[in-house]
Amino acid sequence: MKKALREGQRKDTMTDLVFLGFVSIVAIVLLSIFPDRRGVVITTSWGFFVEMISILPAVMVLIGIFAVFVPKEIVVRYLGKDAGIKGIFLAMIMGALPTGPLYIAFPIASVLLKKGARVSNIVIFLSAWSCIKIPQELVELEFLGFKFMLVRLILTIGLVILMGLTIEWMIGMWKKIEVNSKP
Amino acid sequence: MNMATVIINVFALGCLIFAFIKDRTKTRMALVIALRSFVRILPMVVAIVIFIGLLLGFVPKSVISEIVGEQAGFKGILVVAILGAILHIPSLISFPLASSLLESGASVTAVAVFITTLTMIGVVTLPLEIRELGKKIALLRNGMSFVIAIVIGLIMGRIL
Repeated sequence: MKKALREGQRKDTMTDLVFLGFVSIVAIVLLSIFPDRRGVVITTSWGFFVEMISILPAVMVLIGIFAVFVPKEIVVRYLGKDAGIKGIFLAMIMGALPTGPLYIAFPIASVLLKKGARVSNIVIFLSAWSCIKIPQELVELEFLGFKFMLVRLILTIGLVILMGLTIEWMIGMWKKIEVNSKP
Repeated sequence: MNMATVIINVFALGCLIFAFIKDRTKTRMALVIALRSFVRILPMVVAIVIFIGLLLGFVPKSVISEIVGEQAGFKGILVVAILGAILHIPSLISFPLASSLLESGASVTAVAVFITTLTMIGVVTLPLEIRELGKKIALLRNGMSFVIAIVIGLIMGRIL
């Protein structure tokens, strides 16, 4: 598991570097053909860079702290068969904790499913993991403002819960039909 | 420096001090992870920052707003939703990009849909999701997330 993760990260870094090289070359070519645009491009890029750099160390420190203090095992232990509001709430919180990329969440979800966790909670957990992460909300706050962040967060939470329950209901119906159609 | 920057840094510092008091060795490990993640994300940050500079410097606002602006209509939203679902940009980095698009004439709806499909749906990670959770759950989750993203975007466009 860990080895596969490392391998994946190395691959990701390579793609990032290739992308960086590509963008740099395009920038150099464009800016030498159109020198009058240099001012705008450099000011804009620098402004965004400063904004990123002024929050990224803080965000990374948060990710590091949670990775160490809230290990995966705790997530699995707390996310069992708890039904109702409590189960939904826990699934949401456990997903929102900054504990790594989405591809780590799938094996966890798979284990939970086998242990008998509700489908709705699994879906909510995965969705919270992918789009309600705490560091992510902080960066959204920085770049898109409090109102945008908050409204999107509230809508996402509401609709994700609805989606979880709907998928659970659909899969339940599916099973019933399969059972009934067997001779 | 704006308010959000201050809040984020104070929050992180608070957590760090609390962690340090609780367990020094673990906190040191956390800082190593933080440093490693920071270095790992840096090339992408620089790349996206240059990309944003080029986008705002070379592509006229009228072109951007024609593709993803108010007048682009539902077709524009659909294009953005599909792009968000396919592209594999780290979510942390998508926010400055989204903000630059908003600055240059994209609609709130388009930007909200883009961020939401980008984070919720992973076409790249879909095979893994199917393998771990089965076809039904994986396909339903990604498919319904696509619809949800558009609904979120449309509501946000209305009220913001």
